[in-house]
Amino acid sequence: MFYIYCPYCGEHREEEEFHPKGQAHLARPENPDECTDEEWGNYLYFRDNPRGIHHEIWVHAIGCRKFFNVTRDTQTYEIKESYRMGATPEVTHANDPLS
Amino acid sequence: MTQTNRLNTGGRIDRSQPVTFQFNGQSYQGYRGDTLASALLANGVDVVGRSFKYSRPRGIVAAGAEEPNAVFQLGATEATQVPNVRATQQDIFDGLVAQPTSGWPNLNFDFMGTFSKVFGRMLPPGFYYKTFMFPQAAWETYEKYIRKAAGLGRSPRVKDADTYDHMNQHTDVLIVGAGPTGLAAALSAARAGARVILADEQAEMGGSLLATRDQLDGQAAADWVKATLDELAGYDHVQLLPRSTVNGYHDHNFLTIHQRRTDHLADKAPDNISRQRLHRVRAKWVLLATGAHERPLVYGNNDVPGCMVASAVSTYINQYAVAPGRRLVLMTSNDYAYRTAFDWQDAGREVVAIVDSRHDVSGRYQEEARRRGIKLLLGQGVIEARGNKRVDGAVVAQLDPTGDKVVGGGRVLDCDTIATSGGWSPALHLSCHTGSRPVWDDEVIGFVPGKTVQQQLVAGAVAGTFTLNECLKEGAQKGAEAAALAGFPSQAVKTPSTEHWPEAKPMALFCVPHKKRNSRAPKQFVDFQTDVTAAAIELATREGFESIEHVKRYTAMGFGTDQGKLGNINGMAIAAKSMNKTIPETGTTIFRPNYTPVTFGAIAGRHCRDLFDPMRYSAMHEWHVKQGAEFEDVGQWKRPWYFPKPGETMQQALDRECLATRESVGILDASTLGKIDIQGKDAREFLGRVYTNAWAKLPVGKCRYGLMCHEDGMVFDDGVTSCMGENHFVMTTTTGGAAGVLEWLEFYHQTEWPEMEVYMNTVTDHWATMTIAGPNARKLLSELTDDINLDRDSFKFMDWRQGTVAGVPARVFRISFTGELSYEINVQANYGLHVWEKLFEHGAKYNLTPYGTETMHILRAEKGFIIAGQDTDGSVHPYDLGMSWAVKEDKPYSFIGKRGMKREDCVRDYRKQLVGLKTKDPSIVLPEGAQAVDDPNHPIPVPMLGHITSSYYSANLGRSIALGVVKGGHDRMGETVYYPLTDGRVVEAEICSTIFLDPKGERQNV
Amino acid sequence: MSEVINKTVDEATQVAIMDQCPTADVPARSPLAHQDQSSKVAPQNPGVFLWEDALKTHLVLRGDANNADFRQGIEAATGLDLPEALQSTQSDDWALGWIAPDEWLLTGPGDQAFAMETTLRKHLSGHYAVINVSGGQTLVRLAGPEARSVLMKSCPYDVHDRNFPIGKIVNTVLAKSQATIRRLGENDWELVVRRSFADYIWRWLMDASGEYGLHLGQPDAATAARQSNPSRANPVEG
Repeated sequence: MFYIYCPYCGEHREEEEFHPKGQAHLARPENPDECTDEEWGNYLYFRDNPRGIHHEIWVHAIGCRKFFNVTRDTQTYEIKESYRMGATPEVTHANDPLS
Repeated sequence: MTQTNRLNTGGRIDRSQPVTFQFNGQSYQGYRGDTLASALLANGVDVVGRSFKYSRPRGIVAAGAEEPNAVFQLGATEATQVPNVRATQQDIFDGLVAQPTSGWPNLNFDFMGTFSKVFGRMLPPGFYYKTFMFPQAAWETYEKYIRKAAGLGRSPRVKDADTYDHMNQHTDVLIVGAGPTGLAAALSAARAGARVILADEQAEMGGSLLATRDQLDGQAAADWVKATLDELAGYDHVQLLPRSTVNGYHDHNFLTIHQRRTDHLADKAPDNISRQRLHRVRAKWVLLATGAHERPLVYGNNDVPGCMVASAVSTYINQYAVAPGRRLVLMTSNDYAYRTAFDWQDAGREVVAIVDSRHDVSGRYQEEARRRGIKLLLGQGVIEARGNKRVDGAVVAQLDPTGDKVVGGGRVLDCDTIATSGGWSPALHLSCHTGSRPVWDDEVIGFVPGKTVQQQLVAGAVAGTFTLNECLKEGAQKGAEAAALAGFPSQAVKTPSTEHWPEAKPMALFCVPHKKRNSRAPKQFVDFQTDVTAAAIELATREGFESIEHVKRYTAMGFGTDQGKLGNINGMAIAAKSMNKTIPETGTTIFRPNYTPVTFGAIAGRHCRDLFDPMRYSAMHEWHVKQGAEFEDVGQWKRPWYFPKPGETMQQALDRECLATRESVGILDASTLGKIDIQGKDAREFLGRVYTNAWAKLPVGKCRYGLMCHEDGMVFDDGVTSCMGENHFVMTTTTGGAAGVLEWLEFYHQTEWPEMEVYMNTVTDHWATMTIAGPNARKLLSELTDDINLDRDSFKFMDWRQGTVAGVPARVFRISFTGELSYEINVQANYGLHVWEKLFEHGAKYNLTPYGTETMHILRAEKGFIIAGQDTDGSVHPYDLGMSWAVKEDKPYSFIGKRGMKREDCVRDYRKQLVGLKTKDPSIVLPEGAQAVDDPNHPIPVPMLGHITSSYYSANLGRSIALGVVKGGHDRMGETVYYPLTDGRVVEAEICSTIFLDPKGERQNV
Repeated sequence: MSEVINKTVDEATQVAIMDQCPTADVPARSPLAHQDQSSKVAPQNPGVFLWEDALKTHLVLRGDANNADFRQGIEAATGLDLPEALQSTQSDDWALGWIAPDEWLLTGPGDQAFAMETTLRKHLSGHYAVINVSGGQTLVRLAGPEARSVLMKSCPYDVHDRNFPIGKIVNTVLAKSQATIRRLGENDWELVVRRSFADYIWRWLMDASGEYGLHLGQPDAATAARQSNPSRANPVEG
């Protein structure tokens, strides 16, 4: 049971209030119609499965209904940070010394 | 029976309050303050169960959660049965009824006992895997009897008489364990002002201080306990939870506490009070002060009743005033356990000898033993217990200095109790629950909690700190630290102290060697609950199981309800020695939740029966109930399924509802459809991106049907969206899809197109929606409104109008899911029932007929209208559905799903396509899910063409109708396919249009 | 009400508006109208009071909190400050609670929905929305010395004084549904619940209140006075 900081409510809330929405920072291609099947398939189906730092989207579904990003360690389940849509993470795989 | 082992003085029991209880069909007496275990020992009950595999008689070994043998079935009635209760943690009360869970057919004789005496050598580890697996079909028979003989307890066969509930807690500091460490910690944290929860699994808080004869600052330790608890109870930011086991430590400092609120009071809880409560705790910081479990030594026949853990013997004497025997042999590898011999002697019983495995040891404890005239046998060990249902002797022999082998001949000491101590294993279970691996500490001779990512501190014995003074100090200090970390700057409280006797270095001894090899020696039990012996562990390592996790699984060590609290470390040591490795080299063992068994009731809480899941009601629900509707679950909604009249079968009711609607007028409660209010200047563009069809030109006052696809191009929801104003739309979704669709829309708005000016809110519950459908719908509506022009040329199909219906402001949508002339009337839900009833007042003359979801399904299937989620399954795109008319390819923005439906796989031939199906025999209704084949006589595997998605009997058409997907179906009109059914029949059906009735749509354009 | 003209579309925003309350004498049924809401035999010293504050106006307001015009418009129309995150503001008749960074809930007298919506639209401009949800939700009130215990049994959010002072508003899980919980007083709480879930939540709260002594209905003056002394011996924990 995670305890997740909602950057919009400014509080930690119980996991029950949230829904996970998968990997973060996947931009929808500008021109989907011009994507090859392979490019589109990569966007649609292929996801990272890192051991360690992972950026993911959550929505405060039973709360403020806002989507935001979470940086989570997939080994320890530690949540390193929550940040709003459009922001960049401070903790990344590159700068986290433990992962 | 009398309490033969009860001491005349001392203990914390109340001799003025006798309590009568039953065990194994016999009545016993104990005192208030007794646990079931202490009361049984007081009564001289030696055998409390039979062992799992060998069916050997077993007695009480320990005094706490680690007890492996005295695990009982409780309950005076069938409805109050509880399995797996540890007698050491159950208070007695008048009328308590306990049964041993093991020992079928009975405690004194059983078939397994005889069986295993004869075949004992044939029950090696893996025996069950190796033997009962063949023939496989018989396993279910074997299993029933094995389980019964093994004694795994059972749940009640009738409805539980009690209730259970949950309590959500938040705290700054959760302290687990209210022994000396936990109490001192709680004082520090509480005085700092932090919110504190102090939880302890025993009935009384105080832990080892309740059973010690040590004094604190010259006062009885129990006095300090009382003063401390009194102070803590006085703080309103402190919560004391006795009888509450912290059972699980989960991510982000979420812990579950299983509180037994009334188990000590009576068989059944008082009315309105839950028997047990599960506290769901989110703690800023956790301090584990869980103490340690004393390790028994492993030796031959060490499971004979009368063999006990040394500290447990002291606890029974000091806390419960029970001396569980007459003549004690104490065997130890450390000084501390000498206290048990002293307690025993001071209770007026005979200490036959202290057998100490260390050769060269002298200090305060040895001095005291000699002063007391107790025989001290150094460098020796108890290699074997004698006796059957009770110890009657201990075989003692000289050991070599490392404790690896017996070097002298044995002799028998006459005794009835053997207490042993191999040192203490920190009770680090909770620290493992979140994945932290324990680390071996040679000083402690045990595992201590390892690194963790949790906000967790440890103090006292669990951290390897064993002396009372140090535990108190460390508790006070760590309690202050936890409070400070949680934001409450704090200082450690001053703790009392006791006179400390220096202890000589303990010896790392786990299994006392026998004269014979372990495989030939009398059974040396490591895990009592699963009957795992030292020899079995050695055999497992010889058979190639090198990792301790594999050894555990092969032998079943640690797999009982006690999770091997007493035996695991001994087992690891034996495995390590057998492989010539160190203990840490064999790996560590991870404990998992729950620490002790939790009732299902406590886990479920109040989420059961009528409160199991929300039941969502529309504003007209009361009316449906009164009309005797049968209900169907759609998501969490209770929707009327059909409205049977007295004596009607379901099919008769459906036929009547269908015919009445097409012949005159029917009414459906459509309130459950999802409704999303969309406002903002970009609302129209937004719709164009999320729907597959065009929205740019839909005028105000008009409605349009739309399909929604995911990025993969597959349909996931549909509905009608109406243009309320140039910048205002109301979208409808399927009943079950409502919440998901809104979240999906928000996802795109918030993550992909945050620049779009649009606000979306659910108005599902705000509007009550009633659909009147049928040739007389206009006539009926005209009687209830005078401000809407219902003229067919004014209020056209797919128009909506605002007006007043039955005196209530309404939005009326002329849309149709039946193919009939149809109006959806929306009023604010508080007036829904009023309008509904007015419709019936006026509708009687038109035979206004309420219909439910089933008739709705039939009527829409007659028209070939799909239901997203029934006729689609996430692998169907709009073209598969024959709905290319609902896809607008040339919209400027590449709408969600557009690219997906262009993937190679989506544009290929021979995809499964939705078609209508008419069975050759019109009376046969195909089962949904039936698979189509071209040739039913084709040898297996038969190529599958697709399946039936919707299938009904249509009273209007006088025949069955079905929708289904068939490979290449759109090009196979008029062809025949076959549906082989599970009952052997093969049903022949003709592929046809999905529209069975009124293909030109004339009925709704009137 | 007399000044309000029932127009179909608001000119400025091009959004459909509608006075949804009937003028004729039409009975309204609140979401909990079917529940018996009065204790026939009230317990001696109830720990919990439970009642429905039915048929109020509920308007969802959407807009940009950082837009001064929006803030001022809300304040001018409602007389209430636009509350910050997780806060609420309150006048005699109206309460305004924060729901999300761009969403607030305005509750007030039941017959004022359209008048208030019209007033709001008069004072607001730009990108905003007003959505009437009066039929879609109701207010459940929970009071008494053990009201907080009932909430602890029901929702995972921390309702302790230190985390949930008077005036705070939180949308969270309640049993297996959800509620927007606002603390009105020391022992006085308001739950905004959706119509379709109201029956389930009502039954859940009745059940959770059982052990504390439940009085269905508002406390009278005398009982309210007694509530200021919340010490009750717990029959089990002692």
